[in-house]
Parts: sequence; C-alpha cells; structure tokens
Amino acid sequence: MENGEKPQLERIPAMQQLLDNPFLLLFLGVTLPTVLYLIWGIMEVASVPVAH
Amino acid sequence: MATIDSGFATPDTSTYRTCGFTGLRVERQAELLIRVNAVAAVLFLAWGGLLGLSVALTRWPAVQLLPAEWFYLALTGHGANVLLFWILFFEMAVLHFASAIILGSRIATPRFAWLGFIMMVAGAVMTNYTVLRGDSSVMFTSYPPMMASQWFYLGLIIFAVGALVNVMVFFGTLVVAKNEGTYNGSVPLVTFGAITAAIIAVFTLASGAIILIPTWLWSLGLITEIDTLMYKVVWWGMGHASQQINVSAHIAIWYAIAAMCVGAKPLSEKVSRGAFLMYILFLQLASAHHLLAEPGLSSSWKIVNTSYMMYLAVMASMIHGFTVPGAIEAAQRRNGYTRGAFEWLRKAPWGHPAFSGMFMSLVMFGFIGGISGVILGTEQLNVLMHNTIYVPGHFHGTVVAGTTLAFMAMTYFVVPLIFQRDIVWPGLAKLQPYLFGLGAAGISVFMMGAGTLGVPRRQWDISLSEAALGYDFPSAAYLMMGLNGLSAILAALGGLLFILIVVASILAGPRLDRPGAKMRFPLHQGGAEAVAATGSEGSPKLPGTIILVTIFFAAFVLYYFINWKYLSELWLFQ
Repeated sequence: MENGEKPQLERIPAMQQLLDNPFLLLFLGVTLPTVLYLIWGIMEVASVPVAH
Repeated sequence: MATIDSGFATPDTSTYRTCGFTGLRVERQAELLIRVNAVAAVLFLAWGGLLGLSVALTRWPAVQLLPAEWFYLALTGHGANVLLFWILFFEMAVLHFASAIILGSRIATPRFAWLGFIMMVAGAVMTNYTVLRGDSSVMFTSYPPMMASQWFYLGLIIFAVGALVNVMVFFGTLVVAKNEGTYNGSVPLVTFGAITAAIIAVFTLASGAIILIPTWLWSLGLITEIDTLMYKVVWWGMGHASQQINVSAHIAIWYAIAAMCVGAKPLSEKVSRGAFLMYILFLQLASAHHLLAEPGLSSSWKIVNTSYMMYLAVMASMIHGFTVPGAIEAAQRRNGYTRGAFEWLRKAPWGHPAFSGMFMSLVMFGFIGGISGVILGTEQLNVLMHNTIYVPGHFHGTVVAGTTLAFMAMTYFVVPLIFQRDIVWPGLAKLQPYLFGLGAAGISVFMMGAGTLGVPRRQWDISLSEAALGYDFPSAAYLMMGLNGLSAILAALGGLLFILIVVASILAGPRLDRPGAKMRFPLHQGGAEAVAATGSEGSPKLPGTIILVTIFFAAFVLYYFINWKYLSELWLFQ
C-alpha cells in the first residue's frame, strides 16, 4: 500500500465460513441426527418397562 | 445452441491428463477409481434389477413367477443389490469425480481408496453368495428375531467399512485440493452437493456399524438377544439415511448435467448451498417415519424427527426443485430460446439421454417420490399405508425414478469423458431414459395405488389362498399389481438397454482420445466452466419455471388434502 498500510482483508460472512468448512459441516451433520434421532430414540426404547 | 462435440488429444503425463472436451485436469488414479466403481455399480444394478423383475412378476397375481421361498430370497437380494451396492458404488464414483476431477486435484491416499473398493466388492459378493445359499432370506431390513447367516451380516459390515474408507478419502482429497491450491474460494456447487452426500454417508455407515456388528455377534451366538425395537431405531439410521445419500448425490448430478447440457449456472449459490445445508442438518431424521407405528416410541420423538425436522429437509428439496429447472430456463433463455413461457423447455436437448434422464428424474422425484414421502412422514396419514406396498411405491419414486435415472443419465457423460469411449447405438441411447423412466414411474404409481387399497408389502400371495383367515382385496388392487408387473417389464427393458449400451460403449465404443474425435452427445460450450466454477445466474425472469412450480404445489396440496379426507372417512370418532 502507498502509505505502508496493511491491506484490508475482506471479512468473510459467518455463514460462508460455515459452508466453506466441510469438517464443521461434518460435525454438525453427524451430531444433530445422533442426538435427535439415535440417542433420544435409544433412550426412549431403553425406558420401556420390561414385562415380567 | 453452441456445443462442444470434438476434442483434442493431449499427451498423457505420469499422473494427469487434460480432458480434450472439458479442459479439466484428470488424475490417473481418480480416473481409474471412477471407472472401477462405475463398472461395479452397473454390474450390481444388472443383477439387482434382474432380481427385482422376478419380484414384480411374482407379485403379479396372474403370473406369480417364483415359489414363496425363492420370492423372499429374491426380495432380499434385490434390496441389497440395488439399494446398497449399485447406489453406493456409483456414489463413490461421484465422490471421486466431484473432488479430484472437478477440483483438478490428485486423489488423497489412493491405496486406501483401492482398499475401500476391494472391501466393498468383497462384502457385496459375500452378501450375495450368502443370500443365494438360501439361509439368509431376511429381506433388506433383516429385522430380528429373523436371523441370517453370520456371513450375511459380515458381508454388509465389510461393504460398509469399505464405503466409509472411500468417504474418508473424499474428505482427504478436499484437504489436498485446498492445500495445493487447485481451486480458489469456495468449492463448486456440485462438489458441495457431494460433500453433503459424504456427510450423510458418515452418519449412515456409522449407524450401520453400530447395529450390524452386535447383530453379527448375535448370529455367532456371542450375544443372546437383540432388542427388536432398538434394532429398528438404529438400523433405520442406516437404512433410510443411506437413501438420503442418494438424494444429495443425485441433486448434485442434476446441477452437473444441467450445466454440462445447457450451460446452466445455479440461480443463487447462496440459496442452493443453504438448501444443501438443510439436508446436512435435517434430512437423516426422516428415518423416523419408518417407526411411526411403533408403540414404544413417544409422539414427541416421532413428530420432532418427522413433521418438524423433516419438513425443513422437504423445503430444501422444494428449493432444489425450483432452482434446477429455473437454472435450466435461465440458461436456455441465454441460449436464445426466449419465446413464450416454454420455448426453453420445448427446445431443450430432449434427444440427449443425459438431459432427458436428468429432467425426468427431477420431475418424477418431486411429483411421485417427494409428495408421497411427505404423506408417509405425517404421523396421522402414515397409518393409512404403513407397511403396505405404498411404501415401496414411494421409494421406487425416489430411488429408481429419481436416483437411478439420474445416475444413468450421468453415465452418458462418464463413459465419454472418463472411459474416453463414445456412446454406441445413439438411437437406442436416446430411447433408453424414456423407457426406463416410464417403467419406473409406473412401478411407483401402481404400487402406491395398490397400497392405498391396503395391499401389504413383502407378501408373496395377496389372495391369501393358504391363510387361515382370508381377505378379498378389491379387483382394482389386482389390476394395480398387474400394471405394476407390466411397468417392471418396461423398466427392466430400459435397464437392460442401459447396461448393453454402457458395456458395449466401454468395450467397443469409438475412441475419443484421438485427434478429431467427436462426442455423439455433446457438452454445452460453457458446460465445463459452469460445473467447475462458482457463480450465480442472478435474478432472471422465469415464467415457465413459475408455472411448473405452481402446478407442483397444486398437486401437492390436492394430494395432501385427499389423504386427510380419506383418513377422516376411515377414522370415525363416535
């Protein structure tokens, strides 16, 4: 830069940062169904009383 | 419309070649892996399709081709081969294409990719051998307490682990491409769709491992009992989510083919990526709709997972259902087809099997598979057709008319661009998607019709001739099952034609790696750039797409209303 200023880096929106990070997406895409579908579902099945 | 049909030969380097048609850098290992996965996929489709035809002809009461024991054997083999093996082998080819080829990168850890492929082949062959032995006719779902041979479960586990290894190689290739700077900024939308498919695959395959490993130990006698409801919950995390990998992969293919055939760019990258994000977050939860009739699970779990979360995934599908035809309309208007609301559609390349297959897949996935999926995912409506043949009707609308047709369409580009052989018998190739699409649509619609009349799924004989308590289905149900059989013959002809064309093209098609070689089914001039670049179309006027989407919504609302009306007549409160 002419006056020795550092170049201003364009701020990347948070949503684009998310969409550009496949491993963060992988974390979300595995965690959400694991909690809402698998763990919750398994807890429900496990809480069914056993017949005697 | 300007197209590219002729390429230029470039000398092979040790690891890369430059595609003469697309200009994309093609790494040798990635190309080989795409080839072997595509060949394996087609072989398992041929075998699974043959078994499917025998199932449909057995369920046609006037034919009833197979005896009962063979029927359940064929049904088990059909499910495993077409719902897992054909689909996942092709998806591995798609993942390698969307990472290494589109990003122009080398493939990460090719030895692991080969190891994964070999494991998938070994697992699929082992499962098929076990099914054919006749001691594992437990059907695709293999619900306990039915027990298959230990080799059945082991085959599926080996296959799933092999697929998981390849998914990890895909993520590794993304890292390699980023670190080596083979692309700038965000990955192209097609690659993003493949990332979505890969993420869902990780959840799917992990769920499969969680449930199939203890089930395998149970078959070995090392575990005394598998809780049937626990099995169903975890198994459907694999069984239904595996079909969500398909949805993400075939939508990525819709965008790719639209780009390659007419030069379509996404209407809005943000909107399309947002829709894929909704898939990543919510699509797998639709697995719960298989369990809506289970008494051991609460309504809260069922409704949160299906009605609330699944509708967000449905909204994502409707976004893609708008943006893909919208992108095609915008591109066609750029190509000069601007008259009226539908000149862009009339003058679309309907003689190009990749385009016709893709567009029929789009329409049938939405109208048949999509709408019926929402009906099945609504807890109250689900009881109308739970465990009836409506359910296979629905998933033949998504997996056969949607995914399989889209994958077939993509193969008409894979053969010339990756195998570097041109398509033989172009007249038959033009006909093939219509034949298969019409058959697949018939299978879906007629099975859904029979299911609405109460015909059960997985039933060898709907006349219940040997049952202690008989039941007479209306004659319309028998008609529907007959029409389903005829549709299956049509689809099988289309499938057979596809396999013959692909095999003959690979083995004896004109070589395209020579100077002056021409593709019979060409790429659009801006096709390769549209696939491999990022960028939105903008905000063009799309009157034709608006009309098509309005028709879809009208059909959706009408069918939804009809089912509630039907339910109100059956479910009388006194």
